[in-house]
Amino acid sequence: MSQQPNDGTPLLEVRALQARIDDKAILKGLDLTVMPGEVHAIMGPNGSGKSTFAGVLAGRDRAEVTGGSATLDGKDLLAMAPEERAVAGLFLGFQYPVEIPGVGNMYFLRTALNAQRRARGEEELDAVDFLGLAKEKMKLVEMDPAFMNRGVNEGFSGGEKKRNEVLQMAVLEPRLSILDEIDSGLDIDALRVVARGVEALRSPDRATLLVTHYQRLLEYIVPDKIHVMAGGRIVRTGGRELALELEKKGYAWVEP
Amino acid sequence: MTDANRELTEITEQKYKYGFVTDVAEDRIRKGLDEDIVRLISSKKNEPAFLLDFRLKAFRHWLTLEEPTWAKVRYNPIDYQEIVYYSAPKPRKKLASMDEVDPELREAFAKLGIPLEEQKRLSNVAVDAVFDSVSVATTFKKKLADMGVIFGSFSDAVREHPELVERYLGSVVPYTDNYFATLNSAVFSDGSFAYIPKGVRCPMELSTYFRINAADTGQFERTLIVADEGSHVSYLEGCTAPQRDQNQLHAAVVELVALDGAEIKYSTVQNWYPGDAEGRGGIFNFVTKRGKAMKRSKISWTQVETGSAITWKYPSCILQGDDSVGEFYSVALANHRQQADTGTKMIHIGKNTRSTIVSKGISAGHGQNTYRGQVKIMKGADGARNHSQCDSLLIGGHCGAHTFPYIEARNPTAQVEHEATTSKISEDQLFYCRQRGIKEEDAVSMIVNGFARQVLKELPMEFAVEAQKLLGMSLEGSVG
Ligand SMILES: Nc1ncnc2c1ncn2[C@@H]1O[C@H](COP(=O)(O)OP(=O)(O)O)[C@@H](O)[C@H]1O
Ligand SMILES: [Mg+2]
Repeated sequence: MSQQPNDGTPLLEVRALQARIDDKAILKGLDLTVMPGEVHAIMGPNGSGKSTFAGVLAGRDRAEVTGGSATLDGKDLLAMAPEERAVAGLFLGFQYPVEIPGVGNMYFLRTALNAQRRARGEEELDAVDFLGLAKEKMKLVEMDPAFMNRGVNEGFSGGEKKRNEVLQMAVLEPRLSILDEIDSGLDIDALRVVARGVEALRSPDRATLLVTHYQRLLEYIVPDKIHVMAGGRIVRTGGRELALELEKKGYAWVEP
Repeated sequence: MTDANRELTEITEQKYKYGFVTDVAEDRIRKGLDEDIVRLISSKKNEPAFLLDFRLKAFRHWLTLEEPTWAKVRYNPIDYQEIVYYSAPKPRKKLASMDEVDPELREAFAKLGIPLEEQKRLSNVAVDAVFDSVSVATTFKKKLADMGVIFGSFSDAVREHPELVERYLGSVVPYTDNYFATLNSAVFSDGSFAYIPKGVRCPMELSTYFRINAADTGQFERTLIVADEGSHVSYLEGCTAPQRDQNQLHAAVVELVALDGAEIKYSTVQNWYPGDAEGRGGIFNFVTKRGKAMKRSKISWTQVETGSAITWKYPSCILQGDDSVGEFYSVALANHRQQADTGTKMIHIGKNTRSTIVSKGISAGHGQNTYRGQVKIMKGADGARNHSQCDSLLIGGHCGAHTFPYIEARNPTAQVEHEATTSKISEDQLFYCRQRGIKEEDAVSMIVNGFARQVLKELPMEFAVEAQKLLGMSLEGSVG
């Protein structure tokens, strides 16, 4: 299933990461290693710090990092601006994607893709090439082309917003995709679409980090590793059996 | 300040691109304002008696008026005796062709992206270039004349079509209208004139570029557009000015006449020098714009107001004829210490008259943005309808947005709707864009353009792109 890269450098390596919001410590020494080709899931009760962790990796300044390190391909993530992290290949699928009224969904996505390509010294895609790419990916996530001409997430239902996140991921083809509660509020059909999007990106040099509260998503995407987060730390790591155990016993079992 | 905020502040410190000064010989008169000055302006232009008479009546009336104070703008008093009321680039000789325009002037317009040379003209846009209130060149004049369209400087129109000027000048904005319009009526130096004959669809965009160059001068243009029955015209004006520490007064008047079944689309991209970040310098823009719409005619105003230290401007429609339509689409941006008090008046007189107002105000830095609009439904305006939408976008915590809608309905069958929203560019939106790889400055510009889209799409294609860039560039806002 997963393949180790030749030189053994982790795609994502987090060491003793600490962060606080205002004066409250949220992440309290978090360790995590994700190798290229792997899919990991982080589970944990509400308020355990999963979204904060995802945000810190992506460079959101809501939480302040107070210790530890995080690297992507060996490069210091924490020293980069959010857009630099995106260019380096980090993608965050948001738990609550924002609306940007009046900015066309298609226009937004092309601007994003070309900004990343430009920053990497690659050629930009013209409107025609982009349209071809977008159409192919829209098929993958079964998205109605009508959504492309609407404002970014403007008036989208919860499920449509999530589907749009997966579309963006599919077009941007990141090295590391962090999907924060991508499954919440989704029906079975949408869950399948999300799973297909993730599977389509599975390759020896990419990785995915699924953040979820429920094990339901894991029936569709089988992760290589499951981590349980509680109180701002990873408290357990295991395989699929861990998800089932959590389902049976509830989170009280891991709560510190 | 967070990193995001710091960057946002930096974006907003970009410089005004059109602040250069052109060195041309000027013919300017002494400063100050009295009856002799009014006569001098008129005689310099060899005007017919009716026009001198119009000016003098306006001047005498102006002496009885007080400068208005109701707008939500603050500025140091203007000393009207310290202003030079007439300054014109000295003509070298009578021009035989456009290529003979003073090279300095040509270069000035080329820098603004407006080529006047025969070979390089904007395709399908006829341009009247007005420099320090005097028209210096008009392109495509002949081609238009073949269709009976008259387009050129106001002065030429006074010489060549005095009967049209006499008939319509002051017919929409009388010389008694308001302090600044009255002042303009007394001292205006030039501007643009267009007449579209019956049933003619003007084959190209008509456009005027206003450029203020001289120091210490006031700018008083007069624009008059008459669309005869069943005709159609789209007109665009653009404006820029050098960067100077002193404020300069600009008080223009625009009159539109849409006769039965005619349609006038009037678009403005206003980019006068806005002053610096501390509020030094910049244009005081006090402008009166109004159109009169006869039966089944339509007048549509679209404006993108990004420049000027102060904008005081209410392009309006008198919907006099039955079934006439008035529209007002506006984007006004106030950044740094800019103050904008702008909006519209829709006066419904005829039956089944309809009006639409879409106003998008953007405030950044210490900018203050006010929408002031009036919808007035007169007794006889059965079935009149209005829809108004006023949205404000705030960037940062030191700016302000204000909305003053005045509604007066004297006819019970009228339908008037007003919607208003205020929103902020959120950290979440910026972060979302940046997470996708888009730099913050590009994200701000994108979000603002999205906010203004409903208005920008009303602009003629050729100018929509320009306006979009301008909005991005003018956003020297700040979050903090
Ligand atoms: N913007 C914020 N301001 C203050 N506290 C916050 C903020 N966001 C999250 N928190 C707190 O941080 C902790 C972790 O939240 P979060 O990362 O959203 O957890 P999860 O995603 O696992 O539900 C919670 O105690 C929450 O209340
Ligand atoms: Mg969460």
